[in-house]
Amino acid sequence: MILARTEDVTRRYGDKLALDGVSFEVEAGELVGLLGPNGAGKSTLVNLLTGIRRPTSGRVELLGGDPRRPENRRHLGVTPQETGLPASLRVGEVVDFVSAHYDDPLPKGELLDRFGLTDLVRRQTGGLSGGEKRRVAVALAFVGRPRIVFLDEPTTGLDVQARRFLWDGIRSFSAEGGTVVLTSHYLEEIEALARRVVVIGGGRVLADDTVDAVRGLVAVHRVSLTLSDALPELAGVASVERDGDRLHVLTPDADRLVRDLVAHEVPFRGLEVRPTSLEEAFLTITEDRTPAAA
Amino acid sequence: MTSLAMTHARFQLIETARIPIALFGSAFFPAAAMLAFVVPFVGSNAEYATAATASMVTFSVMSTNLFQYGVGVSEDRAQPWDPYVRTLPAGAGPRFAGRVMAGLTLMLVSLLPVILIAAFLTEATVTMTAFLVALATTVVIAIPFILMGLAIGYSMPQKAAVVVAQLLFFPLAFLGGLMTGPGMAPGFVEDLAPYLPTGGAARLMWAAVSDFPYDFSSIAALAGWTITLGWVAVWAYRRDEGRRFS
Repeated sequence: MILARTEDVTRRYGDKLALDGVSFEVEAGELVGLLGPNGAGKSTLVNLLTGIRRPTSGRVELLGGDPRRPENRRHLGVTPQETGLPASLRVGEVVDFVSAHYDDPLPKGELLDRFGLTDLVRRQTGGLSGGEKRRVAVALAFVGRPRIVFLDEPTTGLDVQARRFLWDGIRSFSAEGGTVVLTSHYLEEIEALARRVVVIGGGRVLADDTVDAVRGLVAVHRVSLTLSDALPELAGVASVERDGDRLHVLTPDADRLVRDLVAHEVPFRGLEVRPTSLEEAFLTITEDRTPAAA
Repeated sequence: MTSLAMTHARFQLIETARIPIALFGSAFFPAAAMLAFVVPFVGSNAEYATAATASMVTFSVMSTNLFQYGVGVSEDRAQPWDPYVRTLPAGAGPRFAGRVMAGLTLMLVSLLPVILIAAFLTEATVTMTAFLVALATTVVIAIPFILMGLAIGYSMPQKAAVVVAQLLFFPLAFLGGLMTGPGMAPGFVEDLAPYLPTGGAARLMWAAVSDFPYDFSSIAALAGWTITLGWVAVWAYRRDEGRRFS
């Protein structure tokens, strides 16, 4: 059964194209990661699927209907941005406020306990630490016993222990049959939880595959070396940039490139291998897939 | 849906009460205006003082609602909490109703000093019946200004909302005849005022507290404004998608 779907959806803000013909489906019980750098169109896609915005063209469906109609959001859970919790309200009050919108919400005690918030119930959200706010934000997505939740970077910036705690919570929701759509611009966060990854860049779906396949696609390394001659023709080179006699080579397989450089007896000096940011990796994917993109 | 509206109202009031200066601000200005203008100039004449108090109540009903909703709503819309609330399974109804209930409560609290000043520092006087009619009238005339505020708040960004609310409220007050006693405004104001929301509202208030006659074409105009502003407010809410650039 399909719980969320977009069909050839386009969304513009003025003359800026945020989503360009995106078709995307989430089956019941899936744990899908939406991966992309900032500004790629992830938030716009989630905003369309959760009923906050409407598409410029195309069709959006959530739980069998238009997400802009309140009755189709009865089994939807969303994380608010943790910076946006009403500062003067207490944690318990925020939970009460959200609970009032659902027919059959989780009992407050159970929710607070599940997310380790019991000690914070009397605290005003404005006085919480970043990590505590994040936990409150994630907990709010689960208040209404949702069938599908959209979590926006749920564990970015948390310490290891808090992160594991939330991951366990999300995994157990998924194990009970819940559907999760996770957005992040860190592959690590998505790797820990999702089986399927949808890579979004420049308002398009660039890849929709397993975590392993996508890791190969975006795990690009930058190999820098000093070389006055030209680089020989080598396999697995995504791009070469020359800065004086310093070369920067982007490659999905740095080990192989280095072995090849040695095998070809290239007289390089000052070898440096660094993982690239997702933004850099995306540049190479985007160039490969959409050569005519403006 | 009604209990959800109560929930929205309750949390609005909790948020306001935790920052009491906001409440103080909306109560301070009408009271200060009473002390500065009504008490020294017409305070000793029962008829004028009563009408002036009614005008002042109308004036503060307009200004508190215009600012409370116009500026308050556009401020809320700029907060990242607002798009989250829009993902909850409720439409515009309970939020609107909750806001209006909270707004009416705050408005009545902020009018209290005006009434106390009128009662103890001027010769203004009303019968108990007239007072209750005036109280009900206050709630009725608040509706068009609440809707005007919501229409502004949902249709424009914060900075524009502040300016528009400020630009609207003075001409509305003057042209509606709130700055002058009944029948004492310049001729063109007397002609125009009954058909403006402020003038229509003030006439209802005057009729409630004195023998000023009810004017049905003015009441019809006020009802027309209420329906129109309600339509604009709902339209603005539906078309709103929160922040423009995110």
